[in-house]
Amino acid sequence: MTLAGYLIVAALLFAVGLAGALTRRNAILVLIGIELMLNAANLNLIAFWRYGRSPEALTGVLFVIFSIGVAAAEAAVGLAMIIAIYRHYKTTNLDYIDSMKG
Amino acid sequence: MTETIDQIFVILKHWLVGHVPTAVEPIVSELLSVVPIILLFPLLFALITVMERKGLGRIQNRYGPNRVGPCGILQPIADGIKTLTKENIVPHSADKVVHLLAPLLLVMATFLGYAVLPVGRNMVAANMDAGVLFFFAVGSMTELSVFMAGWSSRNKYSLLGAMRAIAQMISYEVPLILSSVTVIMAAGTLSTVSIVEQQSGYTGIFPHWFVFTPWGFAGFVLFMIAATAESNRSPFDLPEGESELIAGYYTEYSGFKFALFFLAEYLGMMSISGMAITLFLGGWAAPLSFLTWIPSYLWFFGKLFFFIAGFIWIRGTLPRLRMDQLMNFAWKFMLPMALINLVTAGVWRFMPTGILRWLVCSAMVVAPYVLLGRGFMLGKRLEKRTYRFAD
Amino acid sequence: MTLPFTIIAALTIAGAVAAMSLRNLVHCVLALTLAFAGLAGMYLLLGAQFVGFAQILVYIGAIAILTVFAILLTRGTEPDAFLDLPSAWVSNSVIVAAVFGVLVWAVHSSPLSRRTLPPPPQITVRQIGFALMDRFVLPLEVIGLLLTAALIGAVILAMHEKQAAK
Repeated sequence: MTLAGYLIVAALLFAVGLAGALTRRNAILVLIGIELMLNAANLNLIAFWRYGRSPEALTGVLFVIFSIGVAAAEAAVGLAMIIAIYRHYKTTNLDYIDSMKG
Repeated sequence: MTETIDQIFVILKHWLVGHVPTAVEPIVSELLSVVPIILLFPLLFALITVMERKGLGRIQNRYGPNRVGPCGILQPIADGIKTLTKENIVPHSADKVVHLLAPLLLVMATFLGYAVLPVGRNMVAANMDAGVLFFFAVGSMTELSVFMAGWSSRNKYSLLGAMRAIAQMISYEVPLILSSVTVIMAAGTLSTVSIVEQQSGYTGIFPHWFVFTPWGFAGFVLFMIAATAESNRSPFDLPEGESELIAGYYTEYSGFKFALFFLAEYLGMMSISGMAITLFLGGWAAPLSFLTWIPSYLWFFGKLFFFIAGFIWIRGTLPRLRMDQLMNFAWKFMLPMALINLVTAGVWRFMPTGILRWLVCSAMVVAPYVLLGRGFMLGKRLEKRTYRFAD
Repeated sequence: MTLPFTIIAALTIAGAVAAMSLRNLVHCVLALTLAFAGLAGMYLLLGAQFVGFAQILVYIGAIAILTVFAILLTRGTEPDAFLDLPSAWVSNSVIVAAVFGVLVWAVHSSPLSRRTLPPPPQITVRQIGFALMDRFVLPLEVIGLLLTAALIGAVILAMHEKQAAK
């Protein structure tokens, strides 16, 4: 098993997440797409840590732990924003949320 | 001799593994660890249903099941045949695939938790370095299956029950994990096996269980309250309250799938009791030093039965809470207490041993308990209940 | 290609594709949890046990549930509209293909990627804990602050409208 396998899987995940975030019109699904891209990056970090020169330094693992923490904060705030927007516009379709004035 | 009896299952496993070709040895070894768990705990589940029905019957001044077999002991077999032969009804508008997957995922997730429970000396299916974290991680998967069950039924009672269940499980997961963090701090490890080993020593005849410290006792009580809520047992059984939600998220399940939900509920109860035993009550360790000749696995299952009896007793005694009371209790009482308990455990760790440590740490736990309790009762008018008809 | 890696990679990708292409939003989230679980499996394959379990605990136990709640609160169970402009479809496919192409080209042209699996490092949770308290204590504090801010911010965001209505 070479490093390339994991990197290709991560690249595929990133591409799928990007495609979803660009094509889907529901705000929640766009958030999910971004979440997928973040996860692809995490997989890259872990793979490089494992195949790297000094895994004892633990840099990759700790980076991913922090990244998971940031992702949790991002999801909480993002979903709260979507709910607040939904209350105002009665839709989560991004095409209709286009006015800057409340 | 006592050593042999204590280790008899381990020796048996090694002997069996020694007789197969080397190529399949790891697989056979894993199977021999997993199959007993899958066989034993459902058997215990059958036993517990009888125990529960008979115990509840006695509490409610009736006999309970006493027709099938001697003293009704074969009742679970009759129940099993009944549920297996029932028709499997899936609502017309239900999401068929998700409806089927939900009970399977639930049972799978609850079984996974048993992998890290040490049921005896050297008797654990997977000695993981992050065992406690694994237990809570697979425990959090049950929430998703509860949602799947409630949502896929396309029934508002099911959905309401599922939402209640998820809100309750998420709220009580916080104090559950925070109260077990005290033990992890004291033991300095996440591995269940080493946590038990650290508690297996004795001072005089008394054991070194974590429950016999101020923070350990407070943590144990918090853990058990949260565990009752996590396993949806009375008095926290709002998600499936029969009288208001007609069994909540599994209203639309019948036959074998319903039996799977029932199984998962009891398996969850047993696994979380097992985790409480592992964290606070010394796992398989004997309670007094001169009782160590009794095999370790007997101690574990003895403690487990003690816990189950406690759960049944509580179910027969306490009334159901209201949803707002449940949430207030989790966030305004359990969470602050768990955080204070965490600090107490830290103080205990860095104070010199002696009577002073006991006094300071006990005060640190008792004072917030009294203050928080008083604070809650402040606005409420509680009087002695008056009966207008009885007397 | 080893067998466990192939199975887990296939499941992860299938889950991700399903999450981004299904019509029913709840189905999307359920497929997404499959992808998250697959990623946790990959972390376990790579010997990062702690991260794998944290992934399950945070992503499946918290983020998926949170997303499902948000979907139900926004009546999102109705089928969702895809982008309906043909020109946007074309530009999107070009962007995605370009990104994927560049990533694959980078992976294949790098000598690093042909490195084989080194012997597994002996990493314990204890070491991770010491590293968190020693070298990485500042990021840890910052994450704590960020999570607290996010918690308060999310509550205020979601509560705001309700108070105004009263």
